[in-house]
Amino acid sequence: MWQVRWILKPLVFLACLIPALQLTIGALNAVGVMQVGGISLGADPVEFMLHTCGRWTLNFLMITLCMTPLRDLTRSTLWLRFRRMFGLFAFFYVLLHISVYLLLDQSGKLGALWQDIVKRPYITIGMLGLLLLIPLAVTSTVKAQRRLGRRWTQLHRLVYLVAILGVWHFWWQVKKDIREPLLYACGLTLLLGYRVWKHRQSLARVSVARLAGSGGA
Amino acid sequence: MRKKSTDSAKILPSEITPYERYVSRRTLLAGGLGLVAAQSIGGFARAAFAQPAGALTYVRNASLSVTDAPNSYRDITTYNNYYEFGTDKSDPSENAQKFHTQPWNVAIGGEAEVTGTFSLEDILKPHPLEERVYRLRCVEAWSMVVPWVGFPLGDLLKRFKPTSKAKFVEFKTLYDPKQMPGQRSAVLEWPYVEGLRMDEAMHPLTLMAVGLYGKVLPNQNGAPLRLIVPWKYGFKGIKAIVSIKFTERAPRTTWAGAASNEYGFFANVNPSVDHPRWSQATERHIGASAFGPRQPTLPFNGYAAQVASLYSGMDLRKFF
Repeated sequence: MWQVRWILKPLVFLACLIPALQLTIGALNAVGVMQVGGISLGADPVEFMLHTCGRWTLNFLMITLCMTPLRDLTRSTLWLRFRRMFGLFAFFYVLLHISVYLLLDQSGKLGALWQDIVKRPYITIGMLGLLLLIPLAVTSTVKAQRRLGRRWTQLHRLVYLVAILGVWHFWWQVKKDIREPLLYACGLTLLLGYRVWKHRQSLARVSVARLAGSGGA
Repeated sequence: MRKKSTDSAKILPSEITPYERYVSRRTLLAGGLGLVAAQSIGGFARAAFAQPAGALTYVRNASLSVTDAPNSYRDITTYNNYYEFGTDKSDPSENAQKFHTQPWNVAIGGEAEVTGTFSLEDILKPHPLEERVYRLRCVEAWSMVVPWVGFPLGDLLKRFKPTSKAKFVEFKTLYDPKQMPGQRSAVLEWPYVEGLRMDEAMHPLTLMAVGLYGKVLPNQNGAPLRLIVPWKYGFKGIKAIVSIKFTERAPRTTWAGAASNEYGFFANVNPSVDHPRWSQATERHIGASAFGPRQPTLPFNGYAAQVASLYSGMDLRKFF
């Protein structure tokens, strides 16, 4: 399957970079370095960058969580070959998100960030989500996966919590119109609900197998 | 059809009035060329901005204006919080283009000797217009500087001879979900309601705005008639007003009703009283330089010298 490795994956990789590219061009337009038509960050570029990066973090978390259900649904493991890339893009966009916040919004004042983390619950949980993503990004290599074995799977279940914290963070900071965070919450409920359902199914199967086993003895 | 109106609403950078030209236009008007000039400029404005109406005749009130440079016409008319036309900042400029502001009536009611329904023309007729450059601070912690054209609210209210029972003034926005798509969802309770205490309403800084940058107010900025209270958060500046009522008790205002722990009746700009979820100590000034630092927020948005006395003895943490 060299096509996946050398054609499909690079194409998907480039596609995942499009939002970051748009923001970069928009930012250069905004400061007047250049004028590339059509791409503008609007009247409040900092807010636009902050929200775009935040949204794409959530989008990539959702996409990552779609891979396993898609594998089950299509009975193809192709999806799993993209899971790490999508997960790492979620991490990439959350790093951009906090960088925009810290460097452009708060002018690099770490003290202000700390104040916010302590004082503003929505920032506290957002920050917690970001921190929990770090060990997942660090252990995303095949090497780490081999070394950790079963514990790798357990560790990477943290992504469920990260996604919950991410949607929660979004929900808590909107002024009134919760329609968009609600949409993410519904999607996440579906994705996590699927896993609960699958887990129950497998438990049931195990107990049926046990019953069958004891019956035969 | 709808697409077309959206496109015509987009303003190319080349069509934005540079501040210098705007100023020179004002000098031209002041130079006494009067109505002829005003009309020809009106024609120019129509062509350039695809706005339904032209230039206004007004005098500049320098003593009540700030000296800060105003934001561009483009920023002021494309970055709006006006939930009746959608919750995104760009929604109002896209969705308000077909909004009908003619004919327009305003109902005057409550504790006053003169009440009834008045046409917009009757409301505006006796009031000479003036331009005031005011700071605008949104509760979301961003700010702009806007050259409004309007007249003191107090002058209007006096015409209706409020009685001694009139302690507050309540304003309402038009309720028309056919024209205001945002009203079709229950994001807020419609119609939008705002209010002021009588002394706030009569304060010389409190403005009824009908224009912006010397021209008739664009729909997305609250045409045809909106309130401006520069020392309060922007949401107090109710737009597209159809009702003004004098009341004995404080009106139940929309945002305070939606989340009373987050938005108060007074809503005075106050850097030392944070929104429960974010800080109000600083603000991002739109358009200053794209990525410039935040600037400190001033008590009463910089108008403390004129208005702080209205609230002497009040606990501003409690009455936020």
